[in-house]
Amino acid sequence: MEGRDPTMKITKPEELQQHPEYKEVLVELLFQLADDDFILSYRGSEWLGLAPHIEEDIAFSSINQDTMGHAAMYYQLLEDIGIGKADDLAHQRPSSERRNAVLLEEVNGPGHYLSEPRYDWAFAVVRHYFYTQAKKVRIDSLKHSSYEPLAQVAVKINMELYYHLMHWRTWFIQLTNAQGEARERMKKAVAKVFEDFGGVLTLGVKGDRMVEFGLIESEKILKQRWVQAMKPVFAEVNLDLPSEFGMKRGNGRNGEHTADLDEAIMTLSEVYRLDPLATW
Amino acid sequence: MPVVTSFRWLSEEEKYERFMERINAGEKIEADDWMPEDYRMTLIKLIAMHGISEIMGALPEKEWVPKAPSLRRKLGIMAKVQDEMGHGQLLLRVAEDLMAPLGKTREEIMQDLFKGDLKFHNVFHMPAPTWADAGLIGWLVDGAAIITQTNMLDASYGPYARALKRICAEEVFHAQHGESIILALAEGTKEQKEMLQDALNRWWEALLMFFGPGSAATTGTSKQDITIKYRIRTKTNEQLRQDFFTKYVPRILSIGLKLPDETMHFDESKGKWVYKQPDWNRFKEIIRNNGPKSKERLRLRELSYHNNAWVREALSGQSAAV
Repeated sequence: MEGRDPTMKITKPEELQQHPEYKEVLVELLFQLADDDFILSYRGSEWLGLAPHIEEDIAFSSINQDTMGHAAMYYQLLEDIGIGKADDLAHQRPSSERRNAVLLEEVNGPGHYLSEPRYDWAFAVVRHYFYTQAKKVRIDSLKHSSYEPLAQVAVKINMELYYHLMHWRTWFIQLTNAQGEARERMKKAVAKVFEDFGGVLTLGVKGDRMVEFGLIESEKILKQRWVQAMKPVFAEVNLDLPSEFGMKRGNGRNGEHTADLDEAIMTLSEVYRLDPLATW
Repeated sequence: MPVVTSFRWLSEEEKYERFMERINAGEKIEADDWMPEDYRMTLIKLIAMHGISEIMGALPEKEWVPKAPSLRRKLGIMAKVQDEMGHGQLLLRVAEDLMAPLGKTREEIMQDLFKGDLKFHNVFHMPAPTWADAGLIGWLVDGAAIITQTNMLDASYGPYARALKRICAEEVFHAQHGESIILALAEGTKEQKEMLQDALNRWWEALLMFFGPGSAATTGTSKQDITIKYRIRTKTNEQLRQDFFTKYVPRILSIGLKLPDETMHFDESKGKWVYKQPDWNRFKEIIRNNGPKSKERLRLRELSYHNNAWVREALSGQSAAV
């Protein structure tokens, strides 16, 4: 066992060779961060051309690009550590090796992105908003991570998150405060998202070690901050904020996933798999 | 000064005369200026079609956005298609201003699209079955678009000319994005090269059609004459097609691709490219929404429109309450 030194900082990937346990836990955290952004950005990209209006199509697409860019930065950190090439990590790993929250892999709604999509905008708004707030809490904590290359990435990501959060909060409040069908749809979407939201907030089985190594703050603290941030918004839309969140369809941090993820991986790697060794 | 204040007292003929003086002097017409009915209607049709084509144009590439084969390509194509939607939005805003005096809005543009009254570019009715098609669209379809749009950069209608300046600047990036995909395939494995040649074969006829028929005699109608008279554009369809050949034929050959037209050559004596005419009857069918993918793509657009009706309702209720 390595001793815990709260002031310890790792500044370069090469230093990890002396800290095998630290490295193992760091890799776990980086996969969670990378896989979360990667799969949600993929789901967002399926919405292309289908958003409620053209202006939103442009804004949403811009957010998806940023999010894919964040995933690429995390995969690059993994590549720098020697885990594998970023593109291979993103495209090649089977669902059992993925660490994203199950909520983020769920399909956008009935239908396929090219044929008869009946996507649910209420679900899109709630999932993106709640996730983005959780991401903001996480990024704020990662800015002080003991792994300095990660802390630097967190500072970069944080700048873009401000706009994402504002975007989704605006949609959430507007639609939930609208009367009639919109409010009903939003309430249903909130209930649906909460069923699996516990999976977004957890750090998985290695969570305690992540905290010990000063990589990120504890699950409990992060969750409290999320609740604190959401409280005034829930008051504004006159909805109850639960204190516990479910993991109805499993804990993605442990590699538990649904068929939705398998299908997504098949699609997003379709061209890559034609020849993983070729230059594309 | 008196000229300005008395303009409203002029007869329609005099107003038209003044208008043509401005056009011939190379002045820009702005949204609130007086303009003849056929100028306004021609612009609405042209710009709405251009705008809606940008939006429908996102659909063939949409297929390849989630499937792009690397993180870098995923980011590139996401940005590219987002730009296209952005162009669509920009152009629809220009069209909306022109339609406002007629009491019409974007709602009518969408309804006209669904009814088949508003056409979109022939190229966006075509299938894009491989990753090479995604690259080819960026390289040659956007390349062709740069040529037609550059032709209108000095359009007499100011708001359109200004929108086109922005659009052309971005289209140059798109063509580079497409070219980068194409070059990777052209320098790649045998399968990648075949995929690329197949895509070129598939798109060739549609690319020739993109510039429109040589004259009204070919298809029965053409907007060429009126758009040239009002200085919205300068070159004819055929001149633009020739420009495209001059720019792209050498590039196509230089990366080891074969032209799908064996008769094609440059006639030195006439200073023109000689090529096999596309099937213009087929062109007419395609733009009447009878192309291979017309119905499917309109269906996607229409479905999302209806599927999200509740969102638009919620937003309009909101603004009414404020």
